[in-house]
Amino acid sequence: MGMASNKVGIVSCSGEEIPEGTISRIATRLVLEKLRPEETVTICLPLFLAGGEDERAFARVFPTITVDGCEKRCAEIGTKKYSGKPTATIVITDILKKYPQLKLKSRDDPSAEELVLAEKVAEEIAKKVDEALEQKRHPTGREE
Amino acid sequence: MPKKNIFIIPCSGIGKSLGTVGRKATYKVVEELRPDQTTTTCLALLTIGDEETLKKIRETPCISIDGCPSQCSKKNIEASKGKLVKSIMVTDILRNHRGLKPEGVIKLNVEGEKLASFLADEVVKEVDKIGADE
Repeated sequence: MGMASNKVGIVSCSGEEIPEGTISRIATRLVLEKLRPEETVTICLPLFLAGGEDERAFARVFPTITVDGCEKRCAEIGTKKYSGKPTATIVITDILKKYPQLKLKSRDDPSAEELVLAEKVAEEIAKKVDEALEQKRHPTGREE
Repeated sequence: MPKKNIFIIPCSGIGKSLGTVGRKATYKVVEELRPDQTTTTCLALLTIGDEETLKKIRETPCISIDGCPSQCSKKNIEASKGKLVKSIMVTDILRNHRGLKPEGVIKLNVEGEKLASFLADEVVKEVDKIGADE
């Protein structure tokens, strides 16, 4: 993980139990495959525990954005606990508040409507990727 | 309805198609093939040490499904002192169906779907074995 200069890490929750977790994984993959393929990398969250020091260095090497399906915030908490403080965080249930008419149903086979939500989440992640890279290029020294 | 007494826990597998195969097979088992006996949980809850989930997986037999040699599911269950009764590697199932070339992470290709079905059948065999032993 040494050549990290222009990359941002995205860590999605695994979220197998709920449809929001599926949205979180799909949105993450859309960023990695389509929206910012050259600028992003990922790691499987449970590898922080199952892997070694190399894996745990992830958030210290890359500015990292966590994407969580629910308020348990496993990606955010796991990244903080094992690796480092995320640069930005996203929670699908927060984004869903903007779309009260949308009820997620499937964790296995998302509907067209659910896929549109995943695309919107992916766009939000991509925005945060751009902000993280901008911050890296022009650090202000500001601490949160 | 019998108590759901077996956890099927796939790796989170976001980087490779075999992770998606593991998840797909899990849903096939818990939603279609053995909905009354099995359930799943988010592996990440074990990673962060969620107390409620730890309690459940320590009391309930767990089958892990892993897409790659890192074996995140198996290792997270073991590290959490869960009741791991069977560990299944997707690559072992693929070895028995060498012609299949699973592709895709967001959406599996047809061959990935086939592999997920074969994997689900293997998981069901283990579920039935556990059921018969209890």
